Amino acid sequence: MAKRIVIDPITRIEGHLRIDCEIDGGKVTNAWSSGQMWRGFELILKGRDPRDAWVITQRFCGVCTTVHAITSVRAVENALGLEVPLNAQYIRNLIMGAHGVHDHIVHFYHLCALDWVDIVSALKADANASAKLGQKLSPWKRNSYEEIKGAQARLQALVDSGQLGIYGSGYWGHPAMQLPPEVNLLAATHYLQALEYQRTINKVVAILGSKTPHIQNLAVGGVANAINLDSPATLNMERLYYVKTLIDEVNDFIKQAMLVDVAAVGAHYAGWTKYGAGVTNYLSVPDMPMDTKGASFTLPGGYIPKGDIGKFTAISSFKDKFFADNVQESIKHSWYDGDWTRHPYEGETVPKYTDFEDNGKYSWVKSPSFQGEPAQVGPLANVLCMFAAGHEPTKRYATQVLDTVSSLAGAKVGVEALHSTIGRIAARVIRCAVLNDTLAEQWTALVNNIARGDMATFNQPVFHNGVQQGFGYHEAPRGTLSHWVIIENGKIKNYQAVVPSTWNAGPRNGKDALGPYEASLLGNPVADPARPLEVLRTIHSFDPCLACAVHMVDRNNREIVNVRVL
Amino acid sequence: MDILVLGIGNALLGDESVGVKAVEELGRRYVFAPAVELLDGGTAGMELLAYIRNRDVVLIIDAMRFDAPPGAIGRVEGADVPAAFRNRISPHQLGLSDLLAAAMLTDELPDRLVLFGVEPQSLEPGFALSPPVAASFEKLLAAVVEELRGLGVDARPRTGSETEPLPAATPWAYVQNNASGSPVGKEPA
Repeated sequence: MAKRIVIDPITRIEGHLRIDCEIDGGKVTNAWSSGQMWRGFELILKGRDPRDAWVITQRFCGVCTTVHAITSVRAVENALGLEVPLNAQYIRNLIMGAHGVHDHIVHFYHLCALDWVDIVSALKADANASAKLGQKLSPWKRNSYEEIKGAQARLQALVDSGQLGIYGSGYWGHPAMQLPPEVNLLAATHYLQALEYQRTINKVVAILGSKTPHIQNLAVGGVANAINLDSPATLNMERLYYVKTLIDEVNDFIKQAMLVDVAAVGAHYAGWTKYGAGVTNYLSVPDMPMDTKGASFTLPGGYIPKGDIGKFTAISSFKDKFFADNVQESIKHSWYDGDWTRHPYEGETVPKYTDFEDNGKYSWVKSPSFQGEPAQVGPLANVLCMFAAGHEPTKRYATQVLDTVSSLAGAKVGVEALHSTIGRIAARVIRCAVLNDTLAEQWTALVNNIARGDMATFNQPVFHNGVQQGFGYHEAPRGTLSHWVIIENGKIKNYQAVVPSTWNAGPRNGKDALGPYEASLLGNPVADPARPLEVLRTIHSFDPCLACAVHMVDRNNREIVNVRVL
Repeated sequence: MDILVLGIGNALLGDESVGVKAVEELGRRYVFAPAVELLDGGTAGMELLAYIRNRDVVLIIDAMRFDAPPGAIGRVEGADVPAAFRNRISPHQLGLSDLLAAAMLTDELPDRLVLFGVEPQSLEPGFALSPPVAASFEKLLAAVVEELRGLGVDARPRTGSETEPLPAATPWAYVQNNASGSPVGKEPA
């Protein structure tokens, strides 16, 4: 008989995710993805000055601050038909790229790796064997015996302290953990190193964005960075060279540690290339504009229906009609009043809570569709679209990872293996390598443009009476993000954000088709329903916002906290 | 002494914004000597590692559920702070829990860690604090200032003649509503 499991802590940040699964014969036979928190943030924006929207939208989510800020200014600029100076594009691109690299490193090592890497096993590993393996796999300079032994000692100290924190809620020793001890230790060593590198690359965001976690330098019409190569108070050569140093510093880690680690995990968990494909309609948008209009991009994007790379259609500009006309959201299964499928410009946010109804309404998340179908977004969609568009760096890193997996696994693993749980994780690392190369290019483009004497960073926006509408998009770390704004007499009349986690975590759509999370869980193995590690692996592979941290927390096992009431 | 005052919470969700409002307001009212870093951490997680690592003192201000009446202020110290976030008594426990666990792993936890938590009433979207939380806002600021003074930090009210610039107000800044006498968030004109 089917058994139902509910995984429901998760996080408030991107809407408190709850996953329900029916399990029969050791496999998931039905699934529901439910956002448990109402996000009426769009209502806050009504009546406000469109120039302030980005400051507010960057507070939507704790992890995705920068991406909502950038998408918001793009939406307003699109509505006004406003171009932005080249320097502003490059500076924004550098911020976006650095944020993306930071986010991908944190996801791979700190939010997802512990589903696959067993720390208990790492503690038992022979550090010498780990170092030898590391040195065989890659030239990474920090695979020495001393480094690895030191990491092992630090992990041991944490375990001995008894204060495991998030690490205590992992599934250590679970039968689905399959890496040999020396691989576990090598990955755990890189886990510690990754804490440093995510910080390094985030400094780029802080320098150019004036501040993290919430950048301050954006403006509708450009950026607020003043450029004067000789002034210590502005963006100058010294700062720019520092930015370049930071980009270079993380480069070897990504190419020599992270790309190798994901291949090693993939090779040892090759069975996971068969699970988790789910929805294989892939949507991504182009990004890193190289002109003032947003008609020429470094990174391509588009739409692939039904996993067929040959049927790729490119999305080519910030005004792209194919994108703008084909996005819809349905509320048939969402806790909003009515049953409609509409374009975001016509979207409404009128809450109407019912109970959790398996066949009715069961989520606060709306269900987006592209050309009437659910679509998967995220690094896998992006990598497949860039691959389809013939983007050389993407092809190079994808081939490198697949070749390493093939050689470690002793069997040929091709691009088709990417349509899977483990493929989704590999794609994120491939995208991270592509992004870091892009950062170096954007840096050069910025410096060359400044050298030509162009110091412009801002075009003044002008608001006219009447109605203007527009949209902005961004290929964010979790996938395609779009904001849709209607401005009336200089004030916001309607604002809708269609976020990556909505595309992936959305419930069944207006035609009852399963959303990407739901579909990806069907057929997923579950060895022990009481410890559903395999379900978490597939959900985590999407990078639900902030771990949508299905780090399971046992509410019945609370620690005593001493609170002094003031 | 290297001190960080970290306000956390979602600025758009009513009482969840209390920590963010508090650090902003502290910066607008006082000049601290020696200087103290005031940081609006929003709901960020691992991104904050660079800010908390190796500090002498980190004071966190946040909404916190501890089964007290709305507006009640609780003070948690030392090893109980990571435990409080692990127990999910803060609405954004996970980010902070990850962050503190990472700092523990790298042995970079601040020497002294104190959490000031305010029991929330409403987490509905909006900039304003609920009446009970708004009513204890002054008490919250006073508690943090007292903690800082206990650490040897002089908190001098701004007179307008300082060289340090007054930080710009955010759309969710704490505003005193003169008509009702109660503080509210700034709503659109």
